Amino acid sequence: MIEIRQLAKQYGSIQAVDGLDLIIDVGEIFGLLGPNGAGKTTTIRMLTMLTRHSGGSALINGYEITRDLSKVKKEIGVVPQHMNLDLELTARENLELHGRLHKIPGTERRQRIQELLDYVELADRAQDLAGKFSGGMKRRLMIARALMHYPGVLFLDEPTAGLDPQTRRKIWDLIRRMNSEGMTVLLTTHYIEEAELLCHRVGIMDRGRLIALGTPAELKKMVGEVVVEALNHGDTEYRFFAGREQALEYAGSLAENVAIREANLEDVFVELTGRKVGD
Amino acid sequence: MKIDFYTVFWREMVVLRRTFSKFFASRLVGPLLYLVAFGLGLGRSIQMNGGSYMEFIVPGIIALSAMNTSFSAVGTNLNMSRLYHKTLDEYLIAPISAGAFVLGKVLAGTVRGLIASLIILVLAFLFGAHLAVNGWFFLVVVLTGFLFSALGAVAAMVVNSHEDMANFSTFVILPMSFLCGTFFSPDRLPQVFGYVINVLPLTHASYLLRALVSGQGMLPLSLAVLAVYAAVFFAAAVAAVRKVR
Repeated sequence: MIEIRQLAKQYGSIQAVDGLDLIIDVGEIFGLLGPNGAGKTTTIRMLTMLTRHSGGSALINGYEITRDLSKVKKEIGVVPQHMNLDLELTARENLELHGRLHKIPGTERRQRIQELLDYVELADRAQDLAGKFSGGMKRRLMIARALMHYPGVLFLDEPTAGLDPQTRRKIWDLIRRMNSEGMTVLLTTHYIEEAELLCHRVGIMDRGRLIALGTPAELKKMVGEVVVEALNHGDTEYRFFAGREQALEYAGSLAENVAIREANLEDVFVELTGRKVGD
Repeated sequence: MKIDFYTVFWREMVVLRRTFSKFFASRLVGPLLYLVAFGLGLGRSIQMNGGSYMEFIVPGIIALSAMNTSFSAVGTNLNMSRLYHKTLDEYLIAPISAGAFVLGKVLAGTVRGLIASLIILVLAFLFGAHLAVNGWFFLVVVLTGFLFSALGAVAAMVVNSHEDMANFSTFVILPMSFLCGTFFSPDRLPQVFGYVINVLPLTHASYLLRALVSGQGMLPLSLAVLAVYAAVFFAAAVAAVRKVR
């Protein structure tokens, strides 16, 4: 369980995270969705103690992140956005290094390494240097590394950024599998589809603040479940409706070409901020 | 602490074993050129304190090589790890202390410095230099490697770009390479230079190694200076790692 209270980070005059309040339950896949610069990565860096927070507090499985630092380190696994594998080591050695840093005894460590290499389907590449791996393989190895010391909470910062659609789905399957085995997952993403298809609950962040929170279905209900897109003097106008019938009725009243589709989390973001997630 | 520093050291040794031939070759070229150019070429007609110029410069080149190798082994790699590869994060989120991390890195840098020094020692014997090498000699090389590895760690943690890391080498390491009793005795310079040069660590490493190989024995003050530098740089590196978050 992750309990975040009024967590804040200030860089000079910039408020990167501004009084974040959030509770993430055990066994949940929670997604922080928002554009670049929304404060998602800073939030993860604060929760994983790579960046000091300037205000508020956070508990991970009951341990306060600064007071109980060493206990928190054992509770969490971290997959950063930046590919930070040791490229001069093999896949096995990367896991070995992590296992040694977490003081896992030799026999257990070797067993765990084999188990995880099988889990992320890299057993046949165990002796290859991580520098020779593709983007998807590197990400899978980073996940295996984060799991080495049996953490209860896994942080994934943009876990599929820059990966092709097929590899992205493979990573999603892996995250779902870990979650089904009891892992609590907090991930950040700027991919709408990832937040909708993977996360049990989503928090939308913008300019350091949490501006909406709920299941993907609840969030979409906030704006209306069906969208009519109509072109008006070169600009696309969006109208939201609770049901398809009302949307069809409205679309029929318009002279120009229109498109009718289901609402997504991007629409929620646009409605709340007036901007697109990618802007 | 014991296991933790060894884990950091273990990683460095795995990489050193894997890249040893490249490391060995790169450490061979510079000293070989110095020995040929200054020892055989320029130095053939020079006598220093009654001995050959080759015998004068070998301890200096050993100190210089221990400094350069250890400094860049830790400095460049750690700076890249912090700013570019971000592999430092893996250590920062692990349950190990800043002291253990720095000790592992610095000892690995010291090992590289020691190997580089041994290469020169072997080359010098092949070139016909007569040097009296004993345990104190290796202790001084280890201390030199340790203190410059620790300085490399400090620089890597506080310097915020690769370019500035190169500048640090240009403004701090390079002047020491030439002025600190490596290729000539600083007594020949105007006194004002002498004062500055005499507080720099490489000067004392050169003096000590030269005194030891020529049979003059230990210089306790120089040894103390090196030990103090090593302790101060190590403490500064630990503080810099603690502060990085």
